[in-house]
Amino acid sequence: MSNTDIIIHNDKDNVGVVVIDSTKKNQEYSCWIMESDKTARIQSINNIPLGHKIALKDFKEGETILKYGHDIGKVVASIKKGDHVHVHNVKTKKW
Amino acid sequence: MVINMIIPKIFMGYKRENGRVGVRNHVVILPVDDISNACAEAIANNIKGTMAIPHSYGRLQFGKDLELFFKTIIGTGKNPNVAAVIVVGIEPKWTKKVVDEVAKTGKPVEGFSIEGLGDITTTMKASKKAQEFVQWASEKQRQECPLSDLWISVKCGESDTTSGLASNPAVGDLMDKLEPHGVHLCFGETSEITGAELVCAERAKDEKVKKKFLDTWNSYNNFILENKTNDLSESQPTAGNIKGGLTTIEEKAFGNLQKIGKKVKYIDVLEPAEEPKNGGGLYFMDTSSAAAECVTLQAAAGFTVHLFPTGQGNIIGNPIEPVIKLTANPKTASTMSEHIDLDVSKILKKEMNLSEAGDALIATTIKTANGRITCAEALGHKEFVITKLYRSA
Repeated sequence: MSNTDIIIHNDKDNVGVVVIDSTKKNQEYSCWIMESDKTARIQSINNIPLGHKIALKDFKEGETILKYGHDIGKVVASIKKGDHVHVHNVKTKKW
Repeated sequence: MVINMIIPKIFMGYKRENGRVGVRNHVVILPVDDISNACAEAIANNIKGTMAIPHSYGRLQFGKDLELFFKTIIGTGKNPNVAAVIVVGIEPKWTKKVVDEVAKTGKPVEGFSIEGLGDITTTMKASKKAQEFVQWASEKQRQECPLSDLWISVKCGESDTTSGLASNPAVGDLMDKLEPHGVHLCFGETSEITGAELVCAERAKDEKVKKKFLDTWNSYNNFILENKTNDLSESQPTAGNIKGGLTTIEEKAFGNLQKIGKKVKYIDVLEPAEEPKNGGGLYFMDTSSAAAECVTLQAAAGFTVHLFPTGQGNIIGNPIEPVIKLTANPKTASTMSEHIDLDVSKILKKEMNLSEAGDALIATTIKTANGRITCAEALGHKEFVITKLYRSA
């Protein structure tokens, strides 16, 4: 049984969900891509709690976050790969 | 290798006069209006085994709002989880309107109005009838019923990212497995499909139903756009959603939509509290995403078992429709275990797959339908909230 620290819904996604208690700064974690049952590794550059998202790439302002293979909002402050993705750097495009 | 559970073909339910099947045998004391709550509660206090369903409305409502109010109250009385009904209202006319509609199911129902008598005399008269009803209902026995007699509604709450990863997909797996058995299924939460509305539209069975869904969603979204004062952050998503890692309504919506599985198509779009008329299958109901409002509407439409995935730990129940809670958040499963009927957090550790979680949920649902009380029932959760469309006159 392989350890999973981060789950990614879809191959197209550019964020993953932390499923351990918290990631630690500058540690490497294993990701499981649910849809394709593939695995990957990523370095966390922040402490990211359970259920919160980690950036799988660098983002510039205005870019789109993809989760479930779909658009879930726009980047409003640049994000580094491995950093915490949440309400401080992503907003809805709807309301 | 995964061996899927053989889905049971029957459950033990209460066959009602109109052919519907209940999974509970409640005798309810139903107030028609807010000011009749005290009398309804006095009757329920007098006669053990009955249950009052107090609420905040029923006076001076008008138009579509009044229609929805009556649909909700009458539908609650008609629900097959209810064996018999005492209706109590201040005025005889609206009391009789509720009695006459509930009576169409064939179940025992009697109305009492308070004006001209007062609470004490009304309570005495209604208590005698309530005692008769509860003793009559206590003789009802559960019988074997086909799975197609199950009506299951779903709604999630205090969701977090684990909801979209595991607990909502577990509900979806149950839907994919039970829909071919002719079970009635219902999802709602119109506002919470925002961002995923086009994906949801594609799950309609045909163009007509798709258009009905998109019209319904657009109307709700326009109402939000007209009334919003900010981006709804902390309302939708809630502060709890945000704490759990959900960032935007779109993210919440795609998680929410996992509840309808991968294959099932919805066959109709229902108005709030509207009873489905097209037989077994999945229905979308236009509802708010507030938990108690949504479940109250689904119960009023005749649904008898509710599945409620939660992330951060919503604790809701309903007076007449048992609410089964499941979570995939390991913290919630351990810190709020008295509220959780099924823990599917092992999915996150790959120690359980989705199909196994769906099977476990089917087993929990059938046990509940057979009579096992849910966490919410044991803890006395009876949230009954009427959806109000606008101010009263």
